[in-house]
Amino acid sequence: MAEIHSYTMNFGPQHPAAHGVLRLVLEIEGEVIQKADPHIGLLHRATEKLVESKPYNQSIGYMDRLDYVSMMSNEHAYVMAIEKLLGVEVPERAQYIRVMFDEITRILNHLMWLGAHGLDIGAMTMFLYCFREREDLMDCYEAVSGTRMHATYYRPGGVYRDLPDSMPKYQESRFRKPQELERMNAAREGSILDFIEAFTDRFPGCVDEYETLLTDNRIWKQRTVNIGVVTPERAMQLGFSGPMLRGSGVEWDLRKKQPYEVYDRLDFDIPVGVNGDCYDRYLVRVEELRQSNRIIRQCVNWLRDNPGPVIAGDHKITPPRRIEMKDDMESLIHHFKLFTEGYCVPEGEAYAAVEHPKGEFGIYMISDGANKPYRVKIRAPGFAHLSAMSEMVQGHMLADVVAVIGTQDIVFGEVDR
Amino acid sequence: MSERYETLAARIDERFGDQMRRVPSSCGELTYELDKDNLHDIATALRNEADFGFEMLMDVCGVDYLGYGSDEWTTSDATDSGFSRGVEREPVILDESDEFDARRFAVVYHLLSLQHNFRLRLRVFTGSSNPPIIKSVVDIWNGANWFEREAFDLYGILFEGHPDLRRILTDYGFIGHPFRKDFPLIGNVEVSYDAEQGRVVYKPVSIEPRTLVPRVIRDDNRYSADLKDPVDG
Repeated sequence: MAEIHSYTMNFGPQHPAAHGVLRLVLEIEGEVIQKADPHIGLLHRATEKLVESKPYNQSIGYMDRLDYVSMMSNEHAYVMAIEKLLGVEVPERAQYIRVMFDEITRILNHLMWLGAHGLDIGAMTMFLYCFREREDLMDCYEAVSGTRMHATYYRPGGVYRDLPDSMPKYQESRFRKPQELERMNAAREGSILDFIEAFTDRFPGCVDEYETLLTDNRIWKQRTVNIGVVTPERAMQLGFSGPMLRGSGVEWDLRKKQPYEVYDRLDFDIPVGVNGDCYDRYLVRVEELRQSNRIIRQCVNWLRDNPGPVIAGDHKITPPRRIEMKDDMESLIHHFKLFTEGYCVPEGEAYAAVEHPKGEFGIYMISDGANKPYRVKIRAPGFAHLSAMSEMVQGHMLADVVAVIGTQDIVFGEVDR
Repeated sequence: MSERYETLAARIDERFGDQMRRVPSSCGELTYELDKDNLHDIATALRNEADFGFEMLMDVCGVDYLGYGSDEWTTSDATDSGFSRGVEREPVILDESDEFDARRFAVVYHLLSLQHNFRLRLRVFTGSSNPPIIKSVVDIWNGANWFEREAFDLYGILFEGHPDLRRILTDYGFIGHPFRKDFPLIGNVEVSYDAEQGRVVYKPVSIEPRTLVPRVIRDDNRYSADLKDPVDG
């Protein structure tokens, strides 16, 4: 038999299972991984430096492009940091809208993760199922913000505008039968809240479908059980957060432990894993889908009953109403100053963290009193997770690297920034 | 500042005394400054002692304080020359000197204690040496590895005792530390494909730097210290 030598192999950056632009340099002995060295930065856009050169509000859009599968959660941390420095109160309705969209975003992210993770390790159908539900949530994004992905919907002091009264409908076309059109538009007759409510009614059934396909599936378990095990002590040492930390059995969720917005008024549970392997993290995330659905439902009910303002009334930082600008000089000046120069934020520093679908997403912001931030540091959860890649794949087979990349829920927009 | 954080602050003051100096905060966060020589001991104590129990290091962040508080427009006086567009930039002078201002580079650590549910921020200035150098905390919190590599890559801060201090985000063979305030936003080089040579080549940048919105600092009485809650500083 030929002697087996250890050799070095390059994985990515153009590999379909690399989730974007990950380059891994693997040291392999036979087919067993000795060491993995991730080379990142291929998507580095220097977001933090760009933010330093722009007024505060102009950088909200950059946040969407960090983790481009959970857009609004990124914005949330950014606007929270500004609000902390300014000391602005956010209207209650805006807080509920933000929480609702944070949870919609969590479902969007977890569906993307489940589909891609499934596809990576051999469950093709998952991808199609997950994208079916993602489509509806993308429509919610579009209805409130005008775009399906990069919403730029949150603003310091609230959200850009109130929820719309109607949902966009599918148009007639010669490729669609009238009955089909009627079926597609059935849930879109009412307001966006009706649409979301219809989704929350339907979604637990969809999660059941995913679970039927995967949870007891022999192949799925062979690919995930006992793969990439992380003990709770190591998870804390390595700076894990979110489902990666909870999958290892540490009960830590910022929504419960350091509640922001209105999370302390909502009823939901935090799922925790036991073994800290890929399978447990899968179970945690699937349960989070169900819990997010519960939260969204509670928000819908509250939002139906409680109309009100959705953005703070301080026109030094939020634009005045269009109609006021027509005959009020002060509003006109406010509008002009806000959109030319922006607003100055008092000197100081703040760290705002949200429970992002991937973990703790934090924005550390230093202001020197100018209309642009002095320094913004984005604490991306995926960055900490990916740094533990080598440790997680050590001693596993080459094919398990793909399972570990999948379970870490890596998105290069946030890792590279 | 909540009562819980005051208790933590009291504990820190009692345990470390002058070694840790509290920085006033306007938004209820606890920040301490410490000397770089004490960093390693204090970090070990903060992690291991039951009173503190900061078992997680969430973030390590380099900061360059060059030009902190400077603006491109005057706002205090009226001018008889009108306002500039803030477009003319002073030429960039790369800092080749042997010494920096001692308060130019800082490393900021964000600690989190899961058992006590506390957050704590430590700021350590790297002193005047060029290159800036500081003790690594990778042996205390293993998760610091990549965060320190990032601070090295973007700010050129060296971490003594780091197992593998390489560039992480920038290109292979990149020159300079791009997040330093004296590094231009448009960069120094641009890449393009040269058909004759059949490879990608580097050239000096051809675009002009420009400022769309000048940086201004305005005095806003609403945020003045006299009107603030004295406890919050």
